[in-house]
Amino acid sequence: MQENKQMITIKGTRDGLTLFIDDSCSFEEAFIELNEKLTENLSKKDEPTVYVTVKLGNRYLTTDQAEKLRGLIGRGNRFSVQSFESNVIPKDKALSWMEDSEVKPINRIIRSGQVLEVTGDLLLIGDVNPGGKVVSTGNIYIMGSMRGIAHAGVNGDRNAVIAASYMKPSQLRIADYISRAPDYESDGVYMECGLIDEEQDKIIIDRLQVLSHKRKDLNGFERRMNNG
Amino acid sequence: MGEAIVITSGKGGVGKTTTTANIGTALALMEKKVCLIDTDIGLRNLDVVMGLENRIIYDIVDVIEGRCKLKQALIKDKRFEYLSLLPAAQTSDKAASTVDSMKKIITELKQEFDYIIIDCPAGIEQGFQNAVAGADKAIVVTTPEKSSVRDADRIIGLLENKEMEPPRLIINRIRNHMMKNGDMLDIDEIVHILSIDLIGIVLDDDEVIKASNNGEPIALHPNTKVSIAYRNIARRILGETVPLQSLEDEKGMFQKVKKFFGIRS
Ligand SMILES: Nc1ncnc2c1ncn2[C@@H]1O[C@H](COP(=O)(O)OP(=O)(O)OP(=O)(O)O)[C@@H](O)[C@H]1O
Ligand SMILES: [Mg+2]
Repeated sequence: MQENKQMITIKGTRDGLTLFIDDSCSFEEAFIELNEKLTENLSKKDEPTVYVTVKLGNRYLTTDQAEKLRGLIGRGNRFSVQSFESNVIPKDKALSWMEDSEVKPINRIIRSGQVLEVTGDLLLIGDVNPGGKVVSTGNIYIMGSMRGIAHAGVNGDRNAVIAASYMKPSQLRIADYISRAPDYESDGVYMECGLIDEEQDKIIIDRLQVLSHKRKDLNGFERRMNNG
Repeated sequence: MGEAIVITSGKGGVGKTTTTANIGTALALMEKKVCLIDTDIGLRNLDVVMGLENRIIYDIVDVIEGRCKLKQALIKDKRFEYLSLLPAAQTSDKAASTVDSMKKIITELKQEFDYIIIDCPAGIEQGFQNAVAGADKAIVVTTPEKSSVRDADRIIGLLENKEMEPPRLIINRIRNHMMKNGDMLDIDEIVHILSIDLIGIVLDDDEVIKASNNGEPIALHPNTKVSIAYRNIARRILGETVPLQSLEDEKGMFQKVKKFFGIRS
């Protein structure tokens, strides 16, 4: 019985191939069987590369193993691994995701010349004054006046947002995007947020209400669970 | 035991020395024993504004370096016995004055005086650190200009790390017509941004400049608005709840200020 059980299953989809690797066998066994399957199918030349999504079930791949599979599947340039999908992640990674998406409440005024940096989402109960700066790896929520500089998603999270009770920033930065206040004196706005608009390819300021449909997964943890 | 209050601003020329001289004078007029300290070493001014320049024999650096006793360096004001001045050095190198030496001087002065008012140099470097070192409280002076408010905010942030209560605010050189036209930040906005208690507002008045040229702090004049403003600040320092009086009431713009005063009892 054991002998006949398929360790590797391949299915064609619209976007390419999906390759299921059974999660109860050892990596070596799976590797050998996959090697055989691929060798049978080799030969035909001059066909475009087919993209492969590898589904691992409850198997955890080390970086080393991932590289080996990538090399095996990519051999001969017929296939190319698009992504590995697994149900499991190691504890340390889960903890760092959690830290990255925890909300850090802080109540003080960030005055001129002061910089507040947090890992995760920042909930500031207080103002950011002109010349003050707040930085976070996640979202920034300010219950107060935002008159200085805020940098959300500082490690590159373009989905991060900056929300404030009162917005009159000198600069908003999200991941690698920067927007600054106009050179003329302008009025601030109440209950608004800054976020990256994909189509316009820049940071826009909009009403807080838009977040409910533009950023469904406001929580970075859920976002990562869903998107890896 | 007396209380040491530093007058600081970050930005230069906004009225620290003028404020020190006038608050000191006003407190002395109320029969408090006051000692003014000029910590702006190399750019001493307070003695000139107080009209005491000619009497300087020793200065603060002489005290620190042990060339004289603290008592010998204090200049008694010729007009009333309650006021003394410890002048800054005009020539000696700044390195002489340190955080520790300032603390020591102020502790000694607190034995004898009710209030020690410290005139801080502009900037946020060592001179500032020395000036605030021995202080129990701070008053931040700003003018209704963006750059001045920005620097005041920076100073308030730096004072947060010191062991003293939150500083209080004086807005100096207010020009009525400019504020009415919106050409100056208004008081509401300044207090909102800095979010500290307002302890007084002082109009811009040519008499201030005239008075300091004559070495007579304007607080000595009985009836100008500015003089009353300084005396009100002195009363608020003493803990009185000073009701808004005519000078601050008759102008419409001052109505708004009401809510900032009188909160503390
Ligand atoms: N309320 C006022 N109305 C008119 N002039 C004023 C007022 N306050 C201060 N001044 C003038 O502004 C100038 C600067 O004041 P002052 O020397 O007190 O400032 P400062 O903050 O001590 O300056 P520095 O930073 O150089 O020590 C002086 O000429 C002074 O007379
Ligand atoms: Mg001065």
